[in-house]
Amino acid sequence: MKANIIVTLKNGLLDPQGKAIEGALKSLDIPGVESVRQGKIFEVELAEQDRAKAQALLKTACEKLLANTIVENYRIELA
Amino acid sequence: MRAAIILFPGSNREGDVHRALASVTGQNPAIVWHGEHELPAGTDLVVLPGGFSYGDYLRCGAIAARSPVMDAVRAHARRGGRVLGICNGFQIACEAGLLPGVLMRNKNLRFACHMQHLRVERADTGFTSHYRKFQVIKVAIAHGEGNYTADAETLARLEGEGRVAFRYCDAQGRVGGGANPNGSANDIAGIYSDNLKVLGLMPHPENLIDPLVGGTDGRALFESLLAA
Repeated sequence: MKANIIVTLKNGLLDPQGKAIEGALKSLDIPGVESVRQGKIFEVELAEQDRAKAQALLKTACEKLLANTIVENYRIELA
Repeated sequence: MRAAIILFPGSNREGDVHRALASVTGQNPAIVWHGEHELPAGTDLVVLPGGFSYGDYLRCGAIAARSPVMDAVRAHARRGGRVLGICNGFQIACEAGLLPGVLMRNKNLRFACHMQHLRVERADTGFTSHYRKFQVIKVAIAHGEGNYTADAETLARLEGEGRVAFRYCDAQGRVGGGANPNGSANDIAGIYSDNLKVLGLMPHPENLIDPLVGGTDGRALFESLLAA
């Protein structure tokens, strides 16, 4: 089973990388860019075929390593 | 004092802290590979050195914090043993749950690499007894992710419990404003655990132990550890 895990910074936290990218997009004259926040995507392939078990397993992976839940949110998308 | 310095792939200040400890204590610290499951018997102090463990992949310190040896370091801390995390070591200590909060990207996106003044917030801990309260010291900083961040409740707890070890200040000891190099909350440069036995700090006291390289303001930290 394939899954995507999307990790994003929590709202309200300063994202200096996102701000720099936002500035660069504006300098490229791309119209209407109001804000940019940068995150991460992990593409994971799992041996597990059971969706509920895969979900639980990936939640553990996020909590233990992939996201720092002090400052990041995560979302699990099973294919 | 028996010290053990943990070596992670990508650590690069282990030699500096080894030299600082050897110079002050007269004993050579052990160097312990991150894949070990135990610390040398009788270890009093564990040092998580500076560097770029695992190339700062995922998040600074995140992968190193999950190394096999970190279970032994956490057990050492639970027993009341001392842990000193410097720079990347501070990031690792936060990721490992030894200290609260997280070190985020510097607010201005610049890698901060310069001499920096710090105010010593208290001089009654095992790390700072050879300083004076509110002494202003000058040490080196070199980091891209030193912006200390924690939720409001955690910050209030750290302040209320006197767990801020060092704050960024100017040469006159004025805290904050332009003296803060990275946007760190409450101008925090270093914090203690609740039992004051774990210290994490972004600056590099281990690099200021010899007048030949520009100052000795870091030396008192190691003298304090020896006396503790």
